Amino acid sequence: MTTMTYREAMREAIRQAMRADDRVFLMGEDVGRYGGSFGVSLGLLEEFGPERIRDTPLSESAFVGAGIGAALGGLRPIVEIMTVNFSLLALDQILNNAATLRHMSGGQFGVPLVIRMTTGGGRQLAAQHSHSLEGWYAHIPGLRVIAPATVADARGMLAAALDDPDPVLIFEHGGLYNVSGEVPDGDGRADLDRAVVRRPGRDVTVVAYGGTVGTALTAAQDLAHDGVDAEVIDLRTLRPLDDATVIGSVARTHRAVVVDEGWRSGSFAAEVSARIMEQAFYELDAPVGRVCTAEVPIPYARHLEEAALPQPSDVRTAVHEVVGHG
Amino acid sequence: MSKKSTVPPAAGASAHRLDLLREMVRIRRFEERCVELYSAARIRGFLHLYIGEEAVAAGVMSALTPADAVVSTYREHGHALARGIPPGAVMAEMFGKAAGCSRGRGGSMHLFDATTRFYGGNAIVGGGLPVAVGLALADAMLGRPVVTACFFGDGAVAEGEFHETLNLAALWRLPVLFCCENNLYAMGTAIERAQAVTDLAKRAASYGVAADTVDGMDVLAVEDAARAAVAAVRSGTGPRFLELLTYRFRAHSMYDPDRYRDKAEIARWRQRDPITLLTGRMRDDGELPDDTLQELEAAVAAEIDAAVAFADEAAEEPVGDLTRFVLAERSGS
Repeated sequence: MTTMTYREAMREAIRQAMRADDRVFLMGEDVGRYGGSFGVSLGLLEEFGPERIRDTPLSESAFVGAGIGAALGGLRPIVEIMTVNFSLLALDQILNNAATLRHMSGGQFGVPLVIRMTTGGGRQLAAQHSHSLEGWYAHIPGLRVIAPATVADARGMLAAALDDPDPVLIFEHGGLYNVSGEVPDGDGRADLDRAVVRRPGRDVTVVAYGGTVGTALTAAQDLAHDGVDAEVIDLRTLRPLDDATVIGSVARTHRAVVVDEGWRSGSFAAEVSARIMEQAFYELDAPVGRVCTAEVPIPYARHLEEAALPQPSDVRTAVHEVVGHG
Repeated sequence: MSKKSTVPPAAGASAHRLDLLREMVRIRRFEERCVELYSAARIRGFLHLYIGEEAVAAGVMSALTPADAVVSTYREHGHALARGIPPGAVMAEMFGKAAGCSRGRGGSMHLFDATTRFYGGNAIVGGGLPVAVGLALADAMLGRPVVTACFFGDGAVAEGEFHETLNLAALWRLPVLFCCENNLYAMGTAIERAQAVTDLAKRAASYGVAADTVDGMDVLAVEDAARAAVAAVRSGTGPRFLELLTYRFRAHSMYDPDRYRDKAEIARWRQRDPITLLTGRMRDDGELPDDTLQELEAAVAAEIDAAVAFADEAAEEPVGDLTRFVLAERSGS
């Protein structure tokens, strides 16, 4: 076991992959000289040189598309997009090309591309740098959408993503980079098909992913003081979604609350909630609860931003509501 | 594919010109048959015809080797055939059959073929440009002496993709041949109503990309320009841009009533039909006896008959396979 930050774990996964496979390279805005907008690639330029740690112009569509072409051409590109908000400039390439080429070509051309981007609020960056749109991407067949919530997963899920023959989008919550945690020795490769139980509990299932896992765990601690034993599930992968782990948990606890930093309308939480209803309706002792972001563009002022985003106290309230039901 | 492996035109000029003529006639007759099949509802969806623009596909493809890559658009039957995808596989794709070059999942707008390095068939205007740059990046990083030819229309020059891509290709000196098929209309909008600067080569040149404007109705001129550009790209001097001035004789798609063009304009361009131009030239040079042309037409007709029969008889992809090819098929799953 080694202790490192989420940022360092990401860097370590990239470094190990680049050492192991010459086809792997990183490109994006400021990934080279600057060291990455969030410091993830700091020092990699010195080790691997500008061919493989490739600074790009501010041209999301072109460099994401170039990543797609490079993957088609036999390389294993990692493309870094500063935030999910900017990924919208490359949405055409991600949806119309990366996600569809395998199917449209009748299985002839795969796109083994990894796209990393930050998501989420909480840093007073205002609306255009704070949104959580991973749920949108999880809507799209042909993509794999992952959201590592822990330091060990930051390394292990990125390593697994680079082995994947299909386009993988990695959502790194901006609030996680400075978090420290233990990572196992070895490559710690994660299973991208499985959700995990982060905290076992008997009374209610709290489903979270990425940045909301910490929120859910904090809430679970507070709930323990209230005498409520909450099980916290970290989805890890939004697409394909591991229903079995969620449904298995709900079958034991009979209650569920979904925590999602996306807006409630059309949210990923809505999908999880619907699947619980479809697959475990008769197990439920209460309607599924949801804690989502308020339906506003994320504001700058700290008190407004905090009010907009899911907080542990919101999760606690929502859990009490479903536990108190019936 | 054998005829695609760049026979130097100097030796056996007349045989080579006949190859170019045959290619254009194949594309023309193939698409004329597509019109009939579309009217008979055998082909559905959008169908964008290339009739009138054949010299571009025939000329450019002749300058490429089988190792080169091609990125195309939704008006790509001509590119696909000239690149060497069997006409039966193209027709079967339009029929939505399993034997189609995209297993019935792409249709007319999304022809793909790994064997000939044909990367679509992209129906988003400009969407293939960044992909072409990526393919070229892979070739450059892997040290392969390969060129990626990227086709797009004049409409794509108004898209951000064009500007981002040319900047990136020039910045990284990537081996891409940008082939802009300027047929003067972006769907139904004339170029002067859509582009502030209609000299498209000039706009490519503003990114430091060497650019030429070529008569896209003259297959020999297209081929010469393409050979020179491909040689330059292959020598490592970075991307090149060719603006190929051409014209589509048919509407934008089969759904388009074509109300936006002057009949006289169409008639004027028809006089510069690339097939007529080349046959006239070959006749003048005594290279095209009447029976040669008849034999060529008969051989092409037989090839297309066979393609239609192949597509007709081909099996449909089983509905049970609907969700295949969304993600890679993992061994053991």
